[in-house]
Amino acid sequence: MSTPTLEKSSGAPEAAQSSDDHLITLTMRVRRFNPEVSDEVTWVDYELRMDPKERVLDALHKIKWEIDGTLTFRRSCAHGICGSDAMRINGRNRLACKTLLKDINPEKPITVEPIKGLTVLKDLVVDMEPFFQAYRDVMPFLITKGNEPTRERKQSAEDRERFDDTTKCILCAACTTSCPVFWNDGQYFGPAAIVNAHRFIFDSRDEAGEQRLEILNDREGVWRCRTTFNCTDACPRGIEVTKAIQEVKRALLTRRF
Amino acid sequence: MQIHKYDTVIVGAGGAGMRAAIEATKRSRTAVLTKLYPTRSHTGAAQGGMAAALANVEEDNWEWHTFDTVKGGDYLVDQDAAEILAKEAIDAVLDLEKMGLPFNRTPEGNIDQRRFGGHTRSHGEAAVRRACYAADRTGHMILQTLYQNCVKEGVEFFNEFYVLDLLLNEVDGVKKTAGVVAYELATGEIHVFQAKAVIFASGGTGKFFKVTSNAHTLTGDGQAVAYRRGLPLEDMEFFQFHPTGIWRMGILLTEGARGEGGILRNKDGERFMEKYAPVMKDLASRDVVSRAIYTEIREGRGCGPEGDHVFLDLTHLPPEQLDAKLPDITEFARTYLGIEPYTDPIPIQPTAHYAMGGIPTNVMGEVLLDNTTVVPGLYAAGEVACVSVHGANRLGTNSLLDINVFGRRSGIAAAEYASANDYVELPEDPASVVEEMVESLRNSTGTERVTEIRKALQETMDANAMVFRTEATLKQAVSDIAELKERYKNVSVQDKGKRFNTDLLEAVELGNLLDLAEVLAVSALARKESRGGHYREDYPTRDDVNFMRHTMAYREVAADGTVNIRLDYKPVVQTRYQPMERKY
Ligand SMILES: Cc1cc2nc3c(=O)[nH]c(=O)nc-3n(C[C@H](O)[C@H](O)[C@H](O)COP(=O)(O)OP(=O)(O)OC[C@H]3O[C@@H](n4cnc5c(N)ncnc54)[C@H](O)[C@@H]3O)c2cc1C
Ligand code: SF4
Ligand code: FES
Repeated sequence: MSTPTLEKSSGAPEAAQSSDDHLITLTMRVRRFNPEVSDEVTWVDYELRMDPKERVLDALHKIKWEIDGTLTFRRSCAHGICGSDAMRINGRNRLACKTLLKDINPEKPITVEPIKGLTVLKDLVVDMEPFFQAYRDVMPFLITKGNEPTRERKQSAEDRERFDDTTKCILCAACTTSCPVFWNDGQYFGPAAIVNAHRFIFDSRDEAGEQRLEILNDREGVWRCRTTFNCTDACPRGIEVTKAIQEVKRALLTRRF
Repeated sequence: MQIHKYDTVIVGAGGAGMRAAIEATKRSRTAVLTKLYPTRSHTGAAQGGMAAALANVEEDNWEWHTFDTVKGGDYLVDQDAAEILAKEAIDAVLDLEKMGLPFNRTPEGNIDQRRFGGHTRSHGEAAVRRACYAADRTGHMILQTLYQNCVKEGVEFFNEFYVLDLLLNEVDGVKKTAGVVAYELATGEIHVFQAKAVIFASGGTGKFFKVTSNAHTLTGDGQAVAYRRGLPLEDMEFFQFHPTGIWRMGILLTEGARGEGGILRNKDGERFMEKYAPVMKDLASRDVVSRAIYTEIREGRGCGPEGDHVFLDLTHLPPEQLDAKLPDITEFARTYLGIEPYTDPIPIQPTAHYAMGGIPTNVMGEVLLDNTTVVPGLYAAGEVACVSVHGANRLGTNSLLDINVFGRRSGIAAAEYASANDYVELPEDPASVVEEMVESLRNSTGTERVTEIRKALQETMDANAMVFRTEATLKQAVSDIAELKERYKNVSVQDKGKRFNTDLLEAVELGNLLDLAEVLAVSALARKESRGGHYREDYPTRDDVNFMRHTMAYREVAADGTVNIRLDYKPVVQTRYQPMERKY
């Protein structure tokens, strides 16, 4: 890939309308890449009139719908639930639909680029397969022995609480792709897979904790984590990712979980 | 073009699709085609709970649940189907628990349950705790748990494959299922999937409204594909408007918030639901509450400078309860409105939420060609389908239930059908319809833009086909949509490429929305009564003599090429409950 170039698009809005007082003018600086057209990465500035209470996703939609339909990104729910639109916004991994413009200083150009460490396929779209493969590798499903009970398995409210934090994961990859270890070594399982292993290791109903711990004891497993806390900062669900990783490390040492 | 061959093909990987896939994969060679990664499906947005008369916290039984479902649906529910739904609910919840779903627990360690609108003890006596839940992220947990079990079972997914056509072929005078045609997002390549059985589980179609709780991707693709192949759509005029969407944004705040004690208030701070539903108050059924909110707004008791919303008040609930039971929705209020729900009421308005209508099926999930004949090998489940367990108005927590019960049923039925039957030959040139559609959009030099047509569609639907409808507003909607369909013929896209061309697919999705909006408006115009989610100010009462029947809408192409909607009707299955006036 060549050095990024800066281009100015002609997307300035038409003359401001009358009741536009609450709107501000801002610049979205988006990293564009489409190998179908060119191998070059370009950074394109789009000037928009937006309500600062709108989301970064709204700004991307405005570009796509009103200026340049070729701008490509994933999204679905638009309220932080589906995990489609993790991207690097002003250098930090966030969900575009959960980031309000006013919260990221719209005075300066807002930079938007794909999450790092996964192959960029087009604009903000990356290849998620390696990410989901790492997830699948930790056996992310309840494993039990013996006969199934006729009613529900019992679980105390405390035991249920024990792994509550890690059940919130929406597999958005913000954590994994903010991790310097993952950037340098794509083989590393990454925080999200460990979070999802944690969700089962600490579930009192599960009986395959040992197996999962062995998987994570691998040289590409938990021991590669250098506790930089990037993942915790990145998680849009507020999961204490680093803490979960630490708990898995401790379980590996003590074999108690 | 590539051709694939599978026994069973499932379209969609939300709750219904994955529940079906878990069964079908065990019994037949199965592929799941989904336009989103499975965990991105909108089932994950569901918050409040899943109904089942487990009786874990108080007396309850499936018969009460059946009654509530029938009454909630304003008696348009097929009662045999509702009975299956309520009976199989118990195993559906227990199955999910066994698959690993982390439900909230009672002090005894059983699955906890909470109140939800319209769910009652002894046929309406008082609210009953029937909704099984995992905080306010029940749908998230269902979607994750089902995906986890799909990983466990080795379900084969084709992610980011958009199904754009259904292939039927006539064998000895009978229309049978031959497969589907899909467009691969990453490459723009077209794939034909030959299959013995196909299950549509492609979800809802809320995006033809502006204020909606539905995801951008809920564009009714499955309904539109079936409809264009001449299959009927049932009860499309029945759309649910959920009372509590975040003002102007439509993001849902679960009914569970009122189940936990939340109260709706107008600008005078009055608990207005006491006037409209003396017994159930804020927990009356959704259509009742949504109309009450708009009545308050219309009569000048709305909140804010424009008087265009009311408040959901949670401030009297202890912060610990909000943190434990409603963490996600309180965070939505903080993130999107900058409001602290501990201390401030949340501005809300009704939001377009759920399609009661869809592709008609019987209780095995088999798709109907008319009132009685099934299409061999074709199934539908979940929000895309109409069984009909929701009738004119769905009760909260009955959809997560529906997708599990009928997802499972259709998965089993489809795989068994596939094991017992041979492939039907593919029609000649199977991909031609999709190729033509994609190429004409890609090459169009028209001047119309997708955004503008979509915006106009959403505006006319919000203005004319929402909570209150009249002959005049619906006629307006019909004529607006007709005009937009004309404009759509001249639509073009800017992205002419093959790789991840979401510009092109948004145009395809808009085409689907236009067709379905038209069916909704035409069906609504013909239903000259008020029932459940369909409220006609010019016909404000329910008319069981003329309209106790399901609408069946068919797309008909005349000899000269003009397209018309033909409406027919199907009787409602009534077993034990006679229609009564619906009071809450
Ligand atoms: C915000 C919100 C909260 C809700 N809360 C509750 C609740 O508490 N309780 C309750 O019972 N119900 C609730 N509902 C309703 C319920 O969640 C949905 O009706 C239900 O989840 C729909 O599931 P589904 O499997 O039919 O569709 P979805 O989960 O929407 O899945 C649709 C699938 O189809 C795929 N698809 C779509 N089009 C195509 C295509 N052309 N080609 C290939 N694949 C395609 C998508 O990729 C997706 O995988 C809620 C709904 C919303 C919007
Ligand atoms: S742990 Fe958080 S950041 Fe990581 S994938 Fe899950 S939700 Fe995303
Ligand atoms: S679009 Fe679903 S998380 Fe942002």
